[in-house]
Amino acid sequence: MSRTQHIIPSGIIFAVGCWIAWISYTQQPAEAFLFPRLISSVFVVLAAWTFGKALMGLSRVGTGVSRTMIINLVPGLVVALIYIFWAAKTFGFYTATTVAFFILLSLYDPAPHNEARTWVKRAVITAGFIAVMYGLFAMLLKVYTPREILF
Amino acid sequence: MEFIYYFGDVFSPLSFALLLGGTIGGLILGATPGLSPTMAVALLIPFTFQLEAVQGLILLGAAYTSTVAGGAVSAILLKIPGAPANIATTLDGHTMAKKGQGARALQLSFLASAVGGVFGVLLLIFLTPVLAQWALAFGPSHLFWLAILGVTVIGSLDSDSVVKGLLSGCIGLWLATIGFDDIMGAQRFIFHPSLGGGINIIAALIGLFAIPQVLTMFAKGRKTQGAEVIEVQKHSVGKAAGELVRNPRALTIGTITGSIIGLIPGVGGQIAGLVAYDQTKKFSPDQDKFGTGHPEGVIAAESANNAMVGPSLVPLLTLSIPGSPTAAVLLGGLLIHGIFPGTDLFDNHPDVAWTFINSMLIGQILMCIFGLYVAGLAARVAQVPQSVMAAVVLGLSVFGAYSVQSSMGDVYVMACLGVMMFFLERYGFSAAPLVLGLILGPIAEANFIQGSMIANASVGMGPYFLGGPLNIFLMVVVAASVAYSVWTELRTRKVQNAVEVQS
Repeated sequence: MSRTQHIIPSGIIFAVGCWIAWISYTQQPAEAFLFPRLISSVFVVLAAWTFGKALMGLSRVGTGVSRTMIINLVPGLVVALIYIFWAAKTFGFYTATTVAFFILLSLYDPAPHNEARTWVKRAVITAGFIAVMYGLFAMLLKVYTPREILF
Repeated sequence: MEFIYYFGDVFSPLSFALLLGGTIGGLILGATPGLSPTMAVALLIPFTFQLEAVQGLILLGAAYTSTVAGGAVSAILLKIPGAPANIATTLDGHTMAKKGQGARALQLSFLASAVGGVFGVLLLIFLTPVLAQWALAFGPSHLFWLAILGVTVIGSLDSDSVVKGLLSGCIGLWLATIGFDDIMGAQRFIFHPSLGGGINIIAALIGLFAIPQVLTMFAKGRKTQGAEVIEVQKHSVGKAAGELVRNPRALTIGTITGSIIGLIPGVGGQIAGLVAYDQTKKFSPDQDKFGTGHPEGVIAAESANNAMVGPSLVPLLTLSIPGSPTAAVLLGGLLIHGIFPGTDLFDNHPDVAWTFINSMLIGQILMCIFGLYVAGLAARVAQVPQSVMAAVVLGLSVFGAYSVQSSMGDVYVMACLGVMMFFLERYGFSAAPLVLGLILGPIAEANFIQGSMIANASVGMGPYFLGGPLNIFLMVVVAASVAYSVWTELRTRKVQNAVEVQS
């Protein structure tokens, strides 16, 4: 793993640590920030140590992020974030979950996309999962979920 | 012997049904690679909202016990440990399965798990009341140091880098301060309205344990499982039980090692299994057979990782200090029902405490009985494609985080923490100390503030927090755990450097 890969995350954490310390030592009332001051002081020291090690090329722990990993990850992550931050609230929990489940399953299912049987199988798995979720949570446990445009 | 009075409560129809469901479900979840016991218990918490506190805990306790044991199924039949606690089981278990002794290995593993597990829970039963009374002597300064000890021990032992482990703990402690301050009512680090009430622990636990796993599955791309399940042939359970009796060395070493390691906060089942395996090998006259499908290897590893379960709850139930990430999740399960561990639990809710502990004892026996029969099904479930597993876990995570307070804000927090943790893990940071920091943060802060008020009115901050034999003892333990981990890290690095130079 390259030195830059260590520098970027440890640099971000160091910056966050400094920002927390700055807020803790400048905000009032001071009594409310007594404990955050204590933590942020230790936080900054440890983050500076980690950042310094990364700068000197002495960081070794971790596998880092590879290009292949990012290429694999991005489609699923984007679908998941759209589902969580927009679709669940806009369309309703069960509708959004159905769509997100089916898309994610199709994106990462190793079965060939050009066979009708594969798509039927994916649709059946999705329907089965949603039926179990709805039966268990909405009907049996009666737990409320967001139900906006659809359900 | 108070626990005996509450045995009957475990057998009420709903409680026993939950115990059965938690045990069978836990065995199947445990056998699924990628679903760790901590994550399984975290995902089950929303199922407990509609239940009484004791019933919710029975479900979570049964799932905890059986996920650890269920992990042996995939370790033996697929060579993929269901949980880190089952790593040592693969060494001999899978070799036995390849030789056509899969059923024998599974039977030995469940029987050894049950023996170790029962011993561990008995230790929990007899140690907990004694320690709970002892905990009454603890003042704010001691509780503050205990909370710090919980974070530093897990931070230094659970991570490949001591500094990064401790830094993870600091991030958790900082996250715990977000929201309104309890004493002054001041706003702290509230950058979004949904953070006004602070970070919800259950949403955070789901995010920190489940979402990184989902993203890890995504990051692998469109890959097939790659593991072939080995068919299980028939084998007499009686013969396996006889073999276990004839191998008391492995069973004793595994059980005792697991129980001791379980009592140490933060050490965990993975280390318990590996240490027990190593010690049994050292004391065995058949050292050469280890790794070639030797039953003693399976017995030692499995008795140890289940013997650890009971004792790992001792610090939680007596001092409110969760000794492991799974114990931290169980603490979350207690808190949502308004129950605080420690003396309050045993004085004001003895029915909850003892029924829960008794259910774990009975759960060990049920786990053994069902484990022997569910193993084949669990092995099939373990082959569920990662694409399905990732989508299922994501759906359950969103539901779980939302259902805590019917708030989408909690879902956003879960998602943000999960994505952050996925990337942090890639750079050597660990979720366990972060979670411990998040859970122990409020305990540490409340006792720090209370202690500083007492100190200012009496002897001053320095003598109050740094003086007294118990404070000094706890500080020494904090320093020793960090020093030991630094020494281990330096030694490992030295060995790695030597290997690099040679190659």
